[in-house]
Amino acid sequence: MTRKETGELAQARAAVAGIGATEFSKKSGRSELRLAAEAVLAALDDAGLSPGDVDGMVTYSQDTNQEIAVARETGVGDLTFFSRVEYGGGAACATVAHAAMAVATGMARTVVCYRAFNERSGRRFGRPNAGLTGEPTSQGLEMSWHVPYGLMTPAAWVAMFARRYMHVHGATSEDFGRVAVAMRRHAATNPAAWFHGRPITLAEHQASRWIVEPLHLLDCCQESDGAVALVVTSAERARDLRRSPAVITAAAQGAGAGQMMMTSYYRDDMTGLPEMSVVGGRLWEMSGLSPRDIRTAILYDHFTPFVLAQLEELGFCGRGEAPDFVKDGGIELDGHLPVNPHGGQLGEAYIHGMNGIAEAVRQIRGTAANQLTGVANVLVTAGTGVPTSGLILSAG
Amino acid sequence: MTREDRIHEELRELAAKQVALGEVRGVPAADPVNVPMIRHWLAAMGDANPVYLDQGLAPPAMAQVWTMQGLRTGARGRSPVDDMMTALDAGGYTGVVATNCEQTYHRYVRVGERLTAATRFTDLAGPKRTALGVGYFATWNITWYVEDDEPVAEMLFRVLKFRPAERPAERPAEPSPEPSRREPYPLRPATNQDTAFFWEGTKRGELRIQSCADCGELRHPPGPLCPRCRSADRTHTLATGTGTLYSYVVHHHPPVPGREAPFVVGVVELPEGVRIVGNVVDCPIEEVTIGMPLRVTYRSMDDRLVLPMWTPGEA
Repeated sequence: MTRKETGELAQARAAVAGIGATEFSKKSGRSELRLAAEAVLAALDDAGLSPGDVDGMVTYSQDTNQEIAVARETGVGDLTFFSRVEYGGGAACATVAHAAMAVATGMARTVVCYRAFNERSGRRFGRPNAGLTGEPTSQGLEMSWHVPYGLMTPAAWVAMFARRYMHVHGATSEDFGRVAVAMRRHAATNPAAWFHGRPITLAEHQASRWIVEPLHLLDCCQESDGAVALVVTSAERARDLRRSPAVITAAAQGAGAGQMMMTSYYRDDMTGLPEMSVVGGRLWEMSGLSPRDIRTAILYDHFTPFVLAQLEELGFCGRGEAPDFVKDGGIELDGHLPVNPHGGQLGEAYIHGMNGIAEAVRQIRGTAANQLTGVANVLVTAGTGVPTSGLILSAG
Repeated sequence: MTREDRIHEELRELAAKQVALGEVRGVPAADPVNVPMIRHWLAAMGDANPVYLDQGLAPPAMAQVWTMQGLRTGARGRSPVDDMMTALDAGGYTGVVATNCEQTYHRYVRVGERLTAATRFTDLAGPKRTALGVGYFATWNITWYVEDDEPVAEMLFRVLKFRPAERPAERPAEPSPEPSRREPYPLRPATNQDTAFFWEGTKRGELRIQSCADCGELRHPPGPLCPRCRSADRTHTLATGTGTLYSYVVHHHPPVPGREAPFVVGVVELPEGVRIVGNVVDCPIEEVTIGMPLRVTYRSMDDRLVLPMWTPGEA
């Protein structure tokens, strides 16, 4: 298949027709299944569809709510397609990619993607879990080279890359801090955000306590309870539905050579995210677009340092240039490339990347809290440091 | 209320009851203070001081000897401690280890005097996590009186009653503790046929790197196939034990089981051409820097696991 054909295939076939979410909180007071069901019904209502229209479902392999359970709760009947995507938050954009493939191939007509959890009031990902090495599965063995040394939290895994990045590129904690400040500034004017009305200063970032050096508390994303759901159907059908569609111009998954789950310390270089380069290469190739065609990027921001690495891997700047790129408000709403106008996971909520896809759809529709002008194409990424995925969504 | 909560509640109530009993007198000793017992004691202790036998005095540390019950005395002279110990055993706290014994002597006891011990249960504290397992500290006081109610010696005694740390279910919990047993380190590596050789090596103080038996390629972390020629024929080579720090973190929050923060974890580059993760130890945190030379050291984490760690080396 030629490049042109792959681009046309995706462009012609699928779009995000509906988005839905619960409130984002620190304690939902409801079961994860209920959160999932609420978000799915909200997304269907947004699209102007009913549960009976749904015949496919996709979620993360880490989600605790099985597709059939969500279908039972929401009144979805027969399913002809269901799929799970691996690797934590790396699954976010891939749920939409799988849905688009199902729509493009005729496996399903209307696919709902969802992610629901009580990540703050229930199982917190940042809490050390000695069970990570419990079984000699390939992942248990991978973890076994790190967890026995107490290297066992996402912040710690990322901090190891961050320190090397600082060493090689002369970056500082303040360079990471500028990302944190920008995200909280965006969140401050987003009513759905945890940091709504609460911008922070670089001095506050620097004064926040160490979590794992070189990461301060304010380099770390929220821990949130909540759910987000998306409805994917054919672009043609989406144009006849309630909302203007966010067309899936490109969708890709990516893992790099020598990839591990969060601890890829054994590859030649430790300053980049080769898996995001795989995703970026596919997105540009499939869409025929280039970085300058992107009006705003939704970059996965569980920890600030990887926002810098993504800017480099996706070609928005050169290697080691991201610290300069974010200086002087480069990623803020009036910057060269506004990143995460909703405030991202640092400022809005941590819904494992799914809330970022919803923001991309809002920017294309023109309904975002911090709406940018002239949004034609939005690039979205998923979890970093893990095998990941990405999307380019477009107006039309 | 969970079963654990119920056990805790029952123990607390019983402890309060036993404390409220105050001092409970035991029965008088079966025998008065006597020369044969003193002679045995002095011989056993290797105490050559002639003052005891010459003047008919008992060594003060013998206080417990005079009122110690025989092995088959049944319910004779029960003290408030006994019910507490029975309840702790029933709650699963079957292990016991003495932690404190403080004796106070008011005067020498003379041959012919007959002692009576009186026990006062004073405190139950817990549950607490200890190296032996979760347990309760029970404390009581014993006072020894002679016939006219004159106190001659006192003792504060404290034991830890604990749940022996996890062991296979088919083995019954052992009633007596083994003080040398260490609490299992909570962060254990999973191992299989591809990785066991590495951990066997660390137990012997060897840093083993997988080596391809066909093409000689080294690899870490290890795995089933050679990354260069895909041969499954593996062996290992011993690393020289030196390295340089490639990257590192200082962990502060949240707390990590089995570890005391802050601690340093680094990626170490070995001269053999592979990288390995390990802790940097014996080095002030502010002196840890990328590029610093390191030397391997081995730390025994419990009875089964030895982790390779890294100390500052010579450039």
